[in-house]
Parts: sequence; structure tokens; C-alpha cells
Amino acid sequence: MARSVTTRRKMINTALAWGIGLLIFFPILWTILTSFKTEAQAIANPPIFLNFDWTLENYAVVQERSDYMKFLWNSVIIAGGSTILGIIIAVPAAWSMAFVPSKATKDILLWMLSTKMLPAVGVLYPIYLLFVELGLLDSRAGLVIVMMLINLPIIVWMLYTYFKEIPGEILEAARMDGAELKEEILYVLTPMAVPGIASTILLNFILAWNEAFWTLNLTAVDAAPLTAFIASYSSPEGLFYAKLSAASTMAIAPILILGWFSQKQLVRGLTFGAVK
Amino acid sequence: MGRIVLEKVTKSFGATEVIPPLDLTIEDGEFTVFVGPSGCGKSTLLRLIAGLEDVSSGQISIDGQDATIVPPAKRGLAMVFQSYALYPHMSVRKNIAFPLRMAKLDQAEIDKRVASAASVLNLSDYLDRRPGQLSGGQRQRVAIGRAIVREPAAFLFDEPLSNLDAALRVGMRLEISELHERLKTTMIYVTHDQVEAMTMADKIVVLRAGNIEQVGSPLELYHTPRNQFVAGFIGSPKMNFIAGDEAAKHGAASIGIRPEHITVSDDGGPWSGVVSVSEHLGSDTFFHIHDTGLADTITVRADGEVGFRHGDRVHLTPRDDVIHRFDRNGLRIA
Repeated sequence: MARSVTTRRKMINTALAWGIGLLIFFPILWTILTSFKTEAQAIANPPIFLNFDWTLENYAVVQERSDYMKFLWNSVIIAGGSTILGIIIAVPAAWSMAFVPSKATKDILLWMLSTKMLPAVGVLYPIYLLFVELGLLDSRAGLVIVMMLINLPIIVWMLYTYFKEIPGEILEAARMDGAELKEEILYVLTPMAVPGIASTILLNFILAWNEAFWTLNLTAVDAAPLTAFIASYSSPEGLFYAKLSAASTMAIAPILILGWFSQKQLVRGLTFGAVK
Repeated sequence: MGRIVLEKVTKSFGATEVIPPLDLTIEDGEFTVFVGPSGCGKSTLLRLIAGLEDVSSGQISIDGQDATIVPPAKRGLAMVFQSYALYPHMSVRKNIAFPLRMAKLDQAEIDKRVASAASVLNLSDYLDRRPGQLSGGQRQRVAIGRAIVREPAAFLFDEPLSNLDAALRVGMRLEISELHERLKTTMIYVTHDQVEAMTMADKIVVLRAGNIEQVGSPLELYHTPRNQFVAGFIGSPKMNFIAGDEAAKHGAASIGIRPEHITVSDDGGPWSGVVSVSEHLGSDTFFHIHDTGLADTITVRADGEVGFRHGDRVHLTPRDDVIHRFDRNGLRIA
């Protein structure tokens, strides 16, 4: 039986979707609006929505006080580096688990995922000490490694799911057609898995970009990414809501733009395999 | 060339032995069909020959060369899969050209061979389409095209027609048979459909639980099945088996008589029973007869014009010269 979708119903659904979308987006919108207010207007009660004196002063001050580009660059290195490193390790891992599974495969996958259930703070002390010992504290290399390790279970899981969707017979056909392992991966598996690999990269880049526990605890000056940049404006000495908002807006802008342009890919990636 | 010899080949998955020691020779140019019920190991056997599964012990040789541990890419065999297994991201042209590209042939030679394969298989108009834009029959032709371009030592077919509808299946069956006539290349074909086996094969290998029950030409299997399993598996409708006194009269533990070897009439014969179901195919009619006192049901194949109905009492006359006799273990008594 086909369910008839009336125009009226469609309109209600659309309005509802927009409503929920705006609700979720509101904190970001509020942050952006606040960044253009003066400090006084930012904490005004009742809050001012739009009719305030728009100013760029906060951005100027933030720019003057700290080197945005350095934080941005650190974020790019840490998010990008950890994602690339993670993919390099995860592709062969996911490959073997998807195509040559053993009895332990399911257990390994679950065990990997279980590490995500541990509160990060639980291992802060040992990792901090390790970093001190190895001289990795406040280094981008150290952060790349930690971010990669934290997101690796998710990368492996996502790739594993995508690879599972690729019928093994197609890879066997390639083998029968004379393809060696290298050619099989290069000409058959990778082109078929590109959408999955792309959305895995994207999602993990975003996760690493936004991660604020390890980046705040293991960096100080040299390797501090944008999360640390935002945090530096929430100081106990006073209320700087407008400047904090300006810093936040600058920190989330790159990832927001990236997400906006790749939303199709992201949605496809996250719902991949749900509908066949 | 494509002579394939299996010697004492076994395959186990963990503790489960799916292929007990097995010997088999497939002669060059022969169309061999592996047939058997599902789970009999016929696909596993094909995959062992292909190299997609490793043998647990024993030896496989292709044209006199030991190929037991040679990877599939190097065995010089081509395979057509049940699911077609086409590369979805490549055009038909690229799909067919893929094995040639892997063999590092030059582009002119690749183009020539793809064009010739496409014209043989009526695919010339579809070369720039993706597999997703083709019908099931066309996809199967692309899969065959991909197999023939590289001129393999042998073709392996793994239930290639089971995803097609009945009409298309008959058509493709003929096409594959014609292809074999033209190429004269060794073909190994796996199916659970005994009609496909009977119509296409030079040699049929009947398998059950990994064991070869009998190897022979279609008519050998039909006329002289080595045991009750083969007798029941080959032929449609299935052979009737009768045990007890009637079998004892023939000096056997059980006897088998094919539906086409029994005459049905209303005026006398050694056996009698009541028509339960009659299936009219037009050319033939199949009667399922109950209450014969011989077996639950006796199936009879009669001319399409014969018109008995449900509930009619009929008499049956078996042809004595084609009664198959089996001993207590189900083996044929010569």
C-alpha cells in the first residue's frame, strides 16, 4: 500500500524540519550575533536579538591580542595529520577485517569501540606522564598521535562498514581477471570505496578539529589549536562574552564552511548502508 | 589447452571437511557440469580450481603444470559469477577490457579484442553504459565478454543463470552452448539444475556431500545411474522408487522406474491406483497416482492428449526392460 503524501502534510513536515534545524543552529547563530555586539550589549538583559550597534571591534581586539593564524595552522596540522595517519593505518585494518575475517574479528572491533567508552580523563594522568617522558608535551606531533589514537576506532569502524558493503565477488572477479593485490586495491576497491573513505576523512577531520579535552590539556603555546584559542578568552578575570564569541566564530568558521560544502557527502556517509 | 586434473584434493573449513579426498580429470575442450543439491560442495570445488579457495591437501594441475598454490590471477582461467560481479564504476567497455589491461596488452590490441567480443555477444551498442544501466541478461553477457577476451585455458561458470528469469535462462543456456561449440575451450559449469546439466554437458559430475557420486555423459547417467541418488537426481520428473515385494520380484531391495517408462490406461495392467493430481503441460501430462500399494505416489508421464482426472482409477504398465534395480545400500545391480 502506497502512503499518500499530501501537499499539506509535506508543508507541515518542511516547517517542522526547518524549526528543528533552526533550534539546533541557534547557539551558533547567537554566538555569531554576539560577536558583533559591544561587551555591554552582549550581556544585556533582556537579550538584544538584532537591533544593536553592529561593530567589528571584537574581531580587531582578538586579532590584536593573539595570533589567529598560528592557532589555525596548528588546528589544520593536528586535524589533518591525525586523520591522514589514521586512514593509512585503518584502511589495511578494515580491509582485512572486512574481507578476510577471522574468529576474533568481531571481538577486536568491539574491543576497539570499547576504548571510546572510557572517559578520557581516566587516562589523562598516564598519557600526560608519557608525554613528559617523551618530550611530546605542547608539540604538534604529540597531538597528532593522540588525536589519531582517539579517532582510530571510529575510522576503522566506518571503513569496515563501507568495505563490508562491497561484494567480495567483485574483488574475486578482479583476481580472476589477473589483478594482483595492489591492482585490486587500486583499480577496484578504492574507486568503489571513495565515497566512504571521503566521508570518513571528513567526519574525522571535524571530530579532531573540535576536540577540546586533549588539545587543552596537552598544549600550552607552541602547539595550541583553535580550541585553546577560544578557551583563552573565557578568563576568570572578567566577562568578555563578545570577544569570546568573536574568537569562537573565527574558530568554527573554517569547519562550518567545510561542512557546508560537503554536507551531501557527509549525509551520504553517515547514512551509508542504512538504505540499500 | 585446458586439461585440469585434481588428485586427492580435500577441503576443510575448520573441523568440517566439505570435500573428502577427490580425484577428477577434465579433458581439454570438454564441457563439464558439476551438479548436485545445494551444499554438496560443487561451488567449493569450482573455487578450489579457480584458486579462490586454498586446497587443504592434494594437487590441482592445469595442462600438466602444478597449479595447487598458484594464485588465481596466474592460473589462466576465467570465471563468470552468479552475481555477474561486474565493476560498477566502469563502463561496459572498461569492464571487458579489464583483464587485458591487467595483462598489459597494448591499447590497439585491447580495442580490437573488446570490439570483437562485443560484436559476438551483441553488446556493441552498450559499450559506453555502466553495468547499472543494463538488464540482467545484458549484464551476464558482459560478464561472459570479460571472460572470453583473455582467451583463458578454461572457463568456470558458477551458477551463471540462476538470477535470470526462466525465458532468458533458456536463451542464455543456448548462447553458452553455442559459445562452447565455437571456442572449443574447456568449460566447467556449476548448477543445481539438472535440466541445465543434461542439456549442456559433455560430462556431468554428480556431487553429494563433497563426494563424486558418478561421472559420465548425460545419457549414461540417465540410462545407467550408479546408485539411487543419481537415479533420483537426474531426470525430470523424478524416478519412482518402489521397495518391498514388488522389488523382491526383481531380485532387488528397491527398484526404480522413470515416469516416462510407465504406460497409463483404464483397461488393465499389473499395477493400479487413483489419480491424485494431473499436470497438463500441453505436450505431456504428468499424473500423480496414489493408492497403488507400491509407494506413496507414482508419477507417470503420458501424452498430452491423455485425459484422466482426479479420482479416476487407472492401470499402470511399467516397461520391464528399463527397470533399474538397487541393492540394500542403494547401489545399482547390474
